[in-house]
Amino acid sequence: MTEAAAPKKAKPPAEKTPPPPVVGPVSGLEKLIKAGSFVVTAELGPPKGLDLEAIHKKVGILKGWVDAANVTDNQTAVVRVSSIATAAIMVQQGLEPVMQMVARDRNRIAIQSDMLGATALGIRNVLCLSGDHQTFGSEPGAANVYDVDSIQMLGILKGMRDDAKFAGGTDVEGGRPPLFLGAAWSPDADPAEVRTLRLAKKVRAGAQFVQTQCIFDLAAFKLEMKKAGDMGLLDKLAVLPGIIPLKSAGMAKFMRKNVAGISIPEDVVKRMEGNKDGKEEGTRLAVETIQAVREIPGVRGVHIMAIEWESKVADIVARAGLKKGPGA
Amino acid sequence: MIVGEQKPFEQIVKLIERYKRILVAGCGTCVSVCFAGGEKEAGILASMLRLEAQKNGRPLEVLEQTVKRQCDREFLEEMATKVGQVDAVLSIACGCGIQFMAERFQDKIVLPGLNTRFIGVTLEQGEWAERCAMCGDCILDRTGGICPVARCAKRLHNGPCGGSSGGKCEVGKDRDCGWALIVQRLQKLGELDRYSEILPPRNWTTSRDGGQRKVVREDLKEQGRIEPR
Repeated sequence: MTEAAAPKKAKPPAEKTPPPPVVGPVSGLEKLIKAGSFVVTAELGPPKGLDLEAIHKKVGILKGWVDAANVTDNQTAVVRVSSIATAAIMVQQGLEPVMQMVARDRNRIAIQSDMLGATALGIRNVLCLSGDHQTFGSEPGAANVYDVDSIQMLGILKGMRDDAKFAGGTDVEGGRPPLFLGAAWSPDADPAEVRTLRLAKKVRAGAQFVQTQCIFDLAAFKLEMKKAGDMGLLDKLAVLPGIIPLKSAGMAKFMRKNVAGISIPEDVVKRMEGNKDGKEEGTRLAVETIQAVREIPGVRGVHIMAIEWESKVADIVARAGLKKGPGA
Repeated sequence: MIVGEQKPFEQIVKLIERYKRILVAGCGTCVSVCFAGGEKEAGILASMLRLEAQKNGRPLEVLEQTVKRQCDREFLEEMATKVGQVDAVLSIACGCGIQFMAERFQDKIVLPGLNTRFIGVTLEQGEWAERCAMCGDCILDRTGGICPVARCAKRLHNGPCGGSSGGKCEVGKDRDCGWALIVQRLQKLGELDRYSEILPPRNWTTSRDGGQRKVVREDLKEQGRIEPR
């Protein structure tokens, strides 16, 4: 295979000049993790139209309760306000964004250009993803891009930040973008043999933090974390396990059957069935899961995915004793 | 081989509705092997078109001819007489055959009777599947002989996405996850270490992204000049 990233004509090695300085302040999330805080992130799905009030409302609900919130990038391949624009609005409103970027919709030209644009707008955290296949979404007839995959995307962004080089070998002019690079990890997904190896590839490519698919099977997650630790991955990587508050036993069964990469043990389903108030039981379970994962070495925070239930995040965070809310 | 599928009959009827004499042109190679555009299929299609025209009281004369390959000039030549006798040619070769036909017979309408689907293999009678995406820079040595470009719905180069489930692809349970197959095979071969290598961004210029592709072999061209076929 031809090595694409190499420029056509490599310049003769010049005298080594120090890379130009990082432009702008660094990520708040990165600072907190480096300082040893147990961080909380959540998710903010942009609206399917210009209902910007919906963004403002979600920002209001999350602000003070989380350290940063992921902005999904046309999740499930349904057209929404772009993650860059939504993230920029969040910056203006004082809620730190983790901008998701999928390889489905952009080639390496757009990835790098969008990343420079995002940096200019004050965005620092980026989560590199493959993206849900477009056949599931609102534009099933669309072409997909996949010029690069999420691991190659991490490598490209790391090159921009650390070496001030674009993928094609030209210079990033005017300073290195201060990016905090993230990725997803599905420890319970198939094929199980390579999930930790894939995590290792992501770390080598540049991932500094990962948010995981939601964790219900604590024993399995502990094992995967042990494997990751044994491979030496946890020294360089902050793991934020995904927490989804269940609303009912039906939801648990549905997710177990239909969502890839999620393992929900039978006792979790039984527990949900045992309480008429499913939402309350789901919240309790989420809080207990947070307290349990907190004890696992290498876990540096949690990522709460309350899908279209953002109002629940504050309650979970408060009951888990993680934060006291705005102004606290 | 190139795997094709005949267009739905109603669509073909629409394609030819303004012509009175047509030639159904079959191709005796790939599309013949996949029972879509060979001699037998050309015969059946010609008969169906005649019947349909008769039923609707529409004047239509249908000739038929199948040559070994429509993507080869010397075989196309064999069709010249019949092509000369019709208003339009309905080719049920792959897209290459259809275009080469149009290139050879510049003043003739050439219509596509077949959709060219992919480069693939016969899994069993009546079932074909894609194997090669023609990226032009083969990486099968790194992936256990299973191509992620052709067999992963996202052409991922560094492993399975989160949608892989029970060995199947998130796009459809009728399709294997290419990466599940790669991992399985690398394991069987004792080469799972290959998985840990990061494949860098590809140079797609050898694929369709580099513009229309062409292969030139000067040695063979020279030979052809000395000993013309």
